[in-house]
Amino acid sequence: MSVIYLLITISIVVAIVFLGAFIKAVKSGQYDDDYTPSVRMLFDDEIVKKENPNKLIQTEKQKSI
Amino acid sequence: MDTENCFHCGNEIIKKDEIVFDEKKFCCNGCKTVYEIFSQNDLTCYYDFQAAPGATPQDIQGKYDFLDNEEIVTKLLEFQERTTHIVSLYIPHIHCSSCIWILENLQKLQPGINASQVNFGEKKVRVTFNPEQTSLKDIVYLLSSIGYEPYISLENFDEGKKKVDRTLIYKIGVAFFCFGNIMLLSFPEYFEVEEYWIDQYRGFFRWLIFGLSLPTFVYSASGYYVSAWKSIKSGLLNIDIPIALGIVVMFVRSTVDIVFDYGQGFFDSMAGLIFFMLLGKLFQQKTYDFLSFERDYKSYFPIAITKVLPNGDEESVQVYDIQKGDRLLIRNQELIPVDGILISEKASIDYSFVTGEAVPIEKKSGDKVFAGGKQMGKVIEMEVLFSVSQSYLTQLWSNDVFQKRVEQQHKTITDRISRYFTPTLLALAIVSFIYWIFIDVTTAFNVFTAILIVACPCALALTAPFTLGNVLRILGKRKLYLKNALVVEQLAKVDTIVFDKTGTITTNKKTAITYEGTELNSSELRLLKNVLRGSNHPLSRRLYDFIPNQEKVETSNFEEIIGKGIFAEIEGNTIKLGSSQFLKTMTENTHKKTKVHVEINGVYKGSYVFNNQYRKGLEDLFSDLAKHYNLVVLSGDNDGEKRILEKMLPTKTTLVFNQKPEQKLQYIEQLQKEGKNVMMVGDGLNDAGALAQSNLGLSISENVNVFSPACDGILDATQFDKIAFFMRYSKNAMKTIYMSFGLSLLYNVVGLSYAVTGKLDPIVAAIIMPLSTITIVSFVTIMTNLFANKK
Repeated sequence: MSVIYLLITISIVVAIVFLGAFIKAVKSGQYDDDYTPSVRMLFDDEIVKKENPNKLIQTEKQKSI
Repeated sequence: MDTENCFHCGNEIIKKDEIVFDEKKFCCNGCKTVYEIFSQNDLTCYYDFQAAPGATPQDIQGKYDFLDNEEIVTKLLEFQERTTHIVSLYIPHIHCSSCIWILENLQKLQPGINASQVNFGEKKVRVTFNPEQTSLKDIVYLLSSIGYEPYISLENFDEGKKKVDRTLIYKIGVAFFCFGNIMLLSFPEYFEVEEYWIDQYRGFFRWLIFGLSLPTFVYSASGYYVSAWKSIKSGLLNIDIPIALGIVVMFVRSTVDIVFDYGQGFFDSMAGLIFFMLLGKLFQQKTYDFLSFERDYKSYFPIAITKVLPNGDEESVQVYDIQKGDRLLIRNQELIPVDGILISEKASIDYSFVTGEAVPIEKKSGDKVFAGGKQMGKVIEMEVLFSVSQSYLTQLWSNDVFQKRVEQQHKTITDRISRYFTPTLLALAIVSFIYWIFIDVTTAFNVFTAILIVACPCALALTAPFTLGNVLRILGKRKLYLKNALVVEQLAKVDTIVFDKTGTITTNKKTAITYEGTELNSSELRLLKNVLRGSNHPLSRRLYDFIPNQEKVETSNFEEIIGKGIFAEIEGNTIKLGSSQFLKTMTENTHKKTKVHVEINGVYKGSYVFNNQYRKGLEDLFSDLAKHYNLVVLSGDNDGEKRILEKMLPTKTTLVFNQKPEQKLQYIEQLQKEGKNVMMVGDGLNDAGALAQSNLGLSISENVNVFSPACDGILDATQFDKIAFFMRYSKNAMKTIYMSFGLSLLYNVVGLSYAVTGKLDPIVAAIIMPLSTITIVSFVTIMTNLFANKK
């Protein structure tokens, strides 16, 4: 039955690890700005998609001039 | 009329100035250049996230020369190492996702920039760069050239690294960790299964819970002990006393319980209570990072100014280093930082920052110029009379009366209730204790502690933070930004509202212009518009915008006589524009109005009259407010508009004219002595004293990102006609708080009835506490939202 000691100890250790991770994250300033990251994560994909057509327009333009 | 908008900045395009580039239309060369920069660097994605996100770049020639000065740069940098410099720049234009995108791709525009990161909430960009490849000045120029001019003021120079206070979040994290684990470990005992299993491990569970409760008790709740102790020392009974008492009693009683094996104790309720109360504190802490309510002259003043050395060379000097006798060069749109004497022949100085009056004042050589004025037009030279700290404006600021008293004698609603609550609670606990002690000593102790535990005013303490926190958010969405939750309470108490005139009940933006005199035909209008194009005088600019678009014609002869008017020759016609003295043919002369007179080919035509434009909905607002409040209009101007105002505003409104900043302050003070609770609504620095003196200073701002004097709240000018709604809403918020107090007292009565009879089980406490918290929080949230939708 003493496995309960082991299990509870493990569960609390896991919880402490998470608390530590949370405090570390707060300390690093991760929660200071809660808006910008939500926008930033949407950027990368769109750049790849739109980059080529724009280049084309420009080169065509330059040719015509 | 075409209503095409610029691809870059979204402003309407004037057909004549339209520039087509890359099949896109632009309103001016500046916008086109920005587009060019972006398209050359494959950054046109900028326009994909939001339509027309840009701003026209401003001409900043020479403005940032002070960034060559090592000392100043060092002060501005956040981090400095040989190959890495980090700087945080405040950029007011940041407003959409395109802004974030372009500013985080700065490294593609300039080599040497390693990384840049935007903080949208604070409107700041943090740039990491290599000083060997680029400089702060280059970066500032780059930002300005793409329409994101940073704002650098004296404030940046003084402020050190700001420390962010995150203790509340840590405390909540710890409290939640303890609360969750204690709850989990308490479950077996809630159900009181008298089993072999439970019996064997009870001790282990209880001591584990005790251990887990220690961090919450010692660390998370520490703020309450400190506050309660302070409150006892100062003789005021605030709400933190019963809270701290409740927490301590809970902990001691629970410890006693488990030591003598009486029961499992109340550790679960204690941790939950602390967690919820800290959450309430967090909720109340809504801050607007991009606004500042504590501004003084420092956030308006430039960091450095151009000094003319005796040998004629120019040099950037820090404004604090300016000494008496120095010669300074003030460029167009630059702020004069010190008092001095004008050396240049003429200057046109806009004191709107100090007085709120937008029309520039003309100064001649030898005249005194005061700090706070902005030079409009040509570069001027001046000699310094006083250093920064001794100048009139800075002296005014340092004056004690002009400083906002941080600790106003204001008791919060919760504190007022707790003045009755705390003694009642203690009395009840003692009476029950005495009653029970004759029956059973152990029960007496149990009852005494149970009362203090169950009556711990958790719900009571949560009501105000949650209500006011929610109100603050709702008001923020409607563009009234309040400094903190306390201001909502203040708002509800106001009985007198004082308005400033210029800039507050009138707008500076759209001045209604009317024409008096002989009708001008279209060719004459065309000439007029073309003449005005060349002038930088604010009245000319306004008139230029007023006259409909015309064909472009070059003026053959153009002369602007500062302070008088314009003389121009165009297509063989001579045109004179300006003041009545300038056009000597003038007959009538009224000083009460701002006029621009027109003369074409020697014939007097008429004049354009600039009327002050009152804000939209002003009359309705005043008649609405007049039902409940005393209204006053204080103006620094002459009484030229007295008649119009008397007609427009309710008869009860008091109108006072010719008020200097100090007089405004004294006027408010006088009202307060009469026992009035005064709200001051103002805009310029001339109201700063009055805003500080009043019980609640509300500053009206055309653009909340630009600067406003120190105040308790900033209202977006477009929402001016909603003031009556805001006032009503704050009163409803207070009503909500009272109702919710009733509700939480009801819970207390129920809890106490268990406690007094000595039947408080840990499980009852564990149910009542969170239940009351949840009902209160949902009740106030629903109520505040309901009231917000009511007109």
